[in-house]
Amino acid sequence: MSRTNPRFVARGSGKTTEDYLPGAVGGAAGGFGRADSARTRRRVSQIVLYVLLIIGALIALMPMLWMLSASFMPTGEASTYPPHFIPSRITFSHYADLFTRLNLGRYLFNSALIAVVVTGVSLVINSLAGYAFAKLRFRGRDRAFRILSLGLVLPVQVAMLPLFLLMKNLHLINTYWGVIIPGMASIFGIFLIRQYALSIPDDMLDAARIDGASELRIYWSVVVPGILPILATLAIWTFLATWNDFMWPLIVLSDEAHYTLPVALANLSGEHVQDTELMMAGSVLTVIPVLAVFLFLQRYYIQGVMAGSVKG
Amino acid sequence: MSTTVRPTSRTPSDVGRAAWFFLAPALLLIFVFFFLPVLASLVLSVTDFDIYAIANPPTTRFVGMANYTKLFHSPEFWQALKNTFYFAIVGGPLTIAVSLATALLLNAKLVRFKSFFRTIYFTPFVTTLVAVSIVWRYLYHTRYGVLNYALAHLGIAPIDWLGNPHWAMPAIILMSVWKNFGYNMLIFIAGLQAIPQDLYDAAEIDGAGPVRRFFAVTLPLLGPTLLFVSVITMIGYFQLFSEPYVMTQGGPLRATTSVVLMMYEEGFRWWRMGYAASIAFVLFVVILIATLIQFRIQKEHV
Repeated sequence: MSRTNPRFVARGSGKTTEDYLPGAVGGAAGGFGRADSARTRRRVSQIVLYVLLIIGALIALMPMLWMLSASFMPTGEASTYPPHFIPSRITFSHYADLFTRLNLGRYLFNSALIAVVVTGVSLVINSLAGYAFAKLRFRGRDRAFRILSLGLVLPVQVAMLPLFLLMKNLHLINTYWGVIIPGMASIFGIFLIRQYALSIPDDMLDAARIDGASELRIYWSVVVPGILPILATLAIWTFLATWNDFMWPLIVLSDEAHYTLPVALANLSGEHVQDTELMMAGSVLTVIPVLAVFLFLQRYYIQGVMAGSVKG
Repeated sequence: MSTTVRPTSRTPSDVGRAAWFFLAPALLLIFVFFFLPVLASLVLSVTDFDIYAIANPPTTRFVGMANYTKLFHSPEFWQALKNTFYFAIVGGPLTIAVSLATALLLNAKLVRFKSFFRTIYFTPFVTTLVAVSIVWRYLYHTRYGVLNYALAHLGIAPIDWLGNPHWAMPAIILMSVWKNFGYNMLIFIAGLQAIPQDLYDAAEIDGAGPVRRFFAVTLPLLGPTLLFVSVITMIGYFQLFSEPYVMTQGGPLRATTSVVLMMYEEGFRWWRMGYAASIAFVLFVVILIATLIQFRIQKEHV
């Protein structure tokens, strides 16, 4: 049977329809009436699809839109029935409160500092290791890699109790380092880099060796420029994961001065459970930085999710 | 690889030395701050390490399997295990179903603005879990919450989402589906795009409708992706912690106390660290078994 069958045209993609339409209309048995009804059916299913997509988008966005809107409402307005969706009058007093009375600037600084340092340091450490696993030959490479991959099935929570005791012995409880150090190397990061670095041509590395470049030099001026896209992916991934992390910072930081935003927010939400608008303003400030990073750099981030998963 | 082909003085052992130099920081960190604590956790779980031991470690005693015996006789632990399974077994497949449905919608050829919708659907996944848990706590408010307001339009009486032991876990599941489906959706989209169009064309010529094509072509070819997505979703869901910590504190009536939340409370609130370590280790075994089962199921169906 030929691919210009009108049935195929009716349900085909936009592109294939255009490709095959002349043949279908001119030659096939269907004639114009059939093509017309096919077009109507296509239009109807298109409308159904868009309605579903828009409903889905509203559900996906609604909690965050409400959060944003409630953060500008006068005190008490978010706790009324029927619920307000738009502030009757816009106020910034909750944001002002957070920064003046509730020390939010400090937590914002802590979160940013920890996320930036972890991202920067882990990028160097993971890329060195990922590149070595991908491209350098040495004894024990496969065994080391296998042992490392075992770590992927271990839940991090299993490590947390002894890790706390270790940190205590190192006097790192209640310090930024207590959060930063365990984040400085990641098995996932090493895997991601290795996968990408495998595609670097050996000839390129060997040519650099013949030119007398040191291995570190080769890493810096040949490898790093070659793996920039995956470095961007890993940087965004690490930044978001560190910023959003909750359980370990909650455990290792008990002194308010070192709290990250999520820890501070969870703590505030216990004391200020009635202050809906205030809590929403705090949530907005916590979420905005990660949303901004994601929206501006999503191309790299989404690529990374797809690459990291499909190749496993 | 032979050294003679290279007109350079650098030998494989030089490269090997460089390699270990490159690996050293990562391997050292991962060993000291991850693998070692995991092993230590096993040791900790057969001791009575508690708040006194933190001040004076030599008071710790070896207690054999006592922590595990106590654990398996503890109704709180069985409840926590049940809650965690409830969350993973209902929430996991539900999340995957929503992810697959949205991926199929976004993969439909009639749809434009795909990347626009994809970004919107992915947004909940990148948000801070603690912050959105707080937001949802208000959305779930019995009297003022947006959710009950919407349900009222459908003629459904207000539900005490987070205050009723029967509704608290479904509420947490619902929020988790919203938060997490975007990630799996991306992976499904990548998987769907890898299925050759020819197969759909052939099925269509053979007279298969959209439903038949989904079950005969899409689902079987999506097998490996489905396995991957199931494994990572399950592993993640067995580690439930922040949502109940922020939204319900494990209540009401411990209905949302997960295994990790119980471990946290025993270990870091009451400082019964030996006992908490046994909980952590059981969690590890549960996740391992769940992963193996999924691999097994997959093997039988391919």
